[in-house]
Amino acid sequence: MRYILRRREIVADDWYHLGEDIPAGCPLIIPLAQLRMDPERWRQWPAALGVRLAPADAPEDLTDELPGLALVAVEFPGSGDGRGYTLGRLLREDPRFHGELRAVGAGVRQDQVFLMSRCGFDSLELAPGEDLEAARRALQRYDVVYQPGSPAAGAAAPIRAQRF
Amino acid sequence: MYQYDELDQAFIEQRVAEFRDQTRRHLAGELSADEFRPLRLRNGLYLQRHAPMLRIAIPYGLLAAHQLAALAAITRRYDRGYGHFTTRQNLQLNWPRLADVPDILAELASVQMHAIQTSGNCVRNVTADHLAGVNPEEVDDPRPYCEIIRQWATQHPEFTYLPRKFKIAVTGAPEDRAASQVHDIGLHLKRDADGKLGFTVLVGGGLGRAPMIGHVIREFLPLADLLGYLEAILRVYNRHGRRDNIHKARIKVLVKSLGPATFREQVETQWRSRSAHATPLLPEQIERARACFRPQPYAALADLDVSAGREAAFLAWYRYNTRAHRVPGYRAVFVSLKAHGQPPGDMTAQQMESVAALAEAVSFGLVRVTHSQNLLLADVRQSDLHEVWLKLKELGLAMPNIGTLTDIIACPGLDFCSLANAGTLGLAKQIQERFDDLDYLYDLGEIEIKISGCMNGCGHHHVGHIGILGVEKRGEEWYQLTLGGSANGFTALGEVIGPSLPRDEVAGAIERIAETYRALRTESERFIDTLRRVGLEPFRERVYALHPAAA
Repeated sequence: MRYILRRREIVADDWYHLGEDIPAGCPLIIPLAQLRMDPERWRQWPAALGVRLAPADAPEDLTDELPGLALVAVEFPGSGDGRGYTLGRLLREDPRFHGELRAVGAGVRQDQVFLMSRCGFDSLELAPGEDLEAARRALQRYDVVYQPGSPAAGAAAPIRAQRF
Repeated sequence: MYQYDELDQAFIEQRVAEFRDQTRRHLAGELSADEFRPLRLRNGLYLQRHAPMLRIAIPYGLLAAHQLAALAAITRRYDRGYGHFTTRQNLQLNWPRLADVPDILAELASVQMHAIQTSGNCVRNVTADHLAGVNPEEVDDPRPYCEIIRQWATQHPEFTYLPRKFKIAVTGAPEDRAASQVHDIGLHLKRDADGKLGFTVLVGGGLGRAPMIGHVIREFLPLADLLGYLEAILRVYNRHGRRDNIHKARIKVLVKSLGPATFREQVETQWRSRSAHATPLLPEQIERARACFRPQPYAALADLDVSAGREAAFLAWYRYNTRAHRVPGYRAVFVSLKAHGQPPGDMTAQQMESVAALAEAVSFGLVRVTHSQNLLLADVRQSDLHEVWLKLKELGLAMPNIGTLTDIIACPGLDFCSLANAGTLGLAKQIQERFDDLDYLYDLGEIEIKISGCMNGCGHHHVGHIGILGVEKRGEEWYQLTLGGSANGFTALGEVIGPSLPRDEVAGAIERIAETYRALRTESERFIDTLRRVGLEPFRERVYALHPAAA
């Protein structure tokens, strides 16, 4: 059983990734490339469907699917690749998307989760070995910021002052 | 100057607490060197050749006297009693201990200073014209906008893990003293036909391995759109800038590969499509920032004839080390960090403390760091100049060489930097010794020498009238000369004049370049103008005539 941070709570993950040992009819996250390869098959998936974006993917390509997606996962492969921050904000700025926005990958660590939450990620699937409790505390390292973010309800700790 | 409010102060304290915890975890083995690296870099900390190097931010080069005194105290307590001012108006400490860095940052925070984003792949210290606010030719003071950009860029949620470092410079004067055309973004303040303020936006300039001059992507951007437009540029860059090759990751490479027109189109599309989400810049925020940079309470004075009855040495200093001020009776005064034989930009704690006291006494308690690695007292009464000169002379800070050949810009080079291929400080010293005759120096007039210890170009060699690049050859330090670079107004990149030279031949080569100039110049023609008129060839011939063996 995998645990994740969702809206600042540590919860058991009800989603599965394609390639994992998948129970029948479970909520499933598939790579965008899979969705493109066989859209018919996935349209008939009996449970909730989520899409996983690699850093070079374009959320603009999800135009048709976006309103129906319960979850979009964005990959942070680590070693400082920050494209996911922009992808997250693009999704949160799109009025058609109301689902869960999840950060996944080796780059999802306690020292980055605060910025991720500010970019609209309301669920954080931490890199293997990361301490969930420490990551949860890290969401509260700052209560003042300069810029507006793209917050999702409950994703980030309350901010008491913002400049712009 | 800008004063922190409760938000700024709370933010830097929270940042120090975060870095203290990260350092503790690293030292306890909980955070690997690889994981700690991007975190320490974003707090100014490099691991260098001999020891860590801490780069302290001096936003747009402006320091209160009490801050300079605090820096002096920090260099005494945690370092070796001196610091190095850089071309990007920051201060580097070369010998701090890693475990002490959180305490140093806490001390900085207590005087409204920090080292945030002075390194790492993020938006760096925003730089400005060192004569901002006092220069008679200025459209508007760039510093309020620098401060707004500083705040906006600080721990930006979307742009803290960019493909590569990102440098922004702002200038409000026709003469570009901020090298803005060789920055990732250069902003030039201007007025439109209705007299409204805004910016011309340049993107994609830079030095390093593939030096390029920035392209204008917008002739006029209204003030209110500043942050939203910067976000559009950075968003295009963050998504599409290369991450597979560190040498191709700067925005200049993206601009070049897309072509400036396509890049501009992408930025404009991004900007227009998200106007509802762009960070707003409200008139009251602009006003709040501008209020921090109001003109000083100047006395009503008349310009003086400061030369009457004064000694020649003072007159030389006045001519070379002071500049016009827009207020009658005042002058801007350089504190030269280019005494011959001293590493360019270095300053001892005692000098810092004395200059801080001097600034309190004669220049409204403010000091500026210049792009050329000197300090500036911007608002000195002409009637105080002689006394200020005497004091600076006593401190070893009155070398009357600003703008001359020995006002050398240099990175720290092989002596300190782990990236360097060759030394810069020893070479600067050899050149200064060779040109130690002031009459000869003055006869040569305005010549800029810029030295970088490696291709990264921190010493801006590409835009020096004479550029010197250190290269490693068969395990030895050699130097490649370029001529004709300039970052001032008419920005140009220098051209390599021939094979590199061993260290001991560089000062001689520069002397031959100077002699060639003296032989070819027309009356009162500056070095750079002679060079542009006659081309490289006569200089090349003269430098290599005696060195057929150089290869």
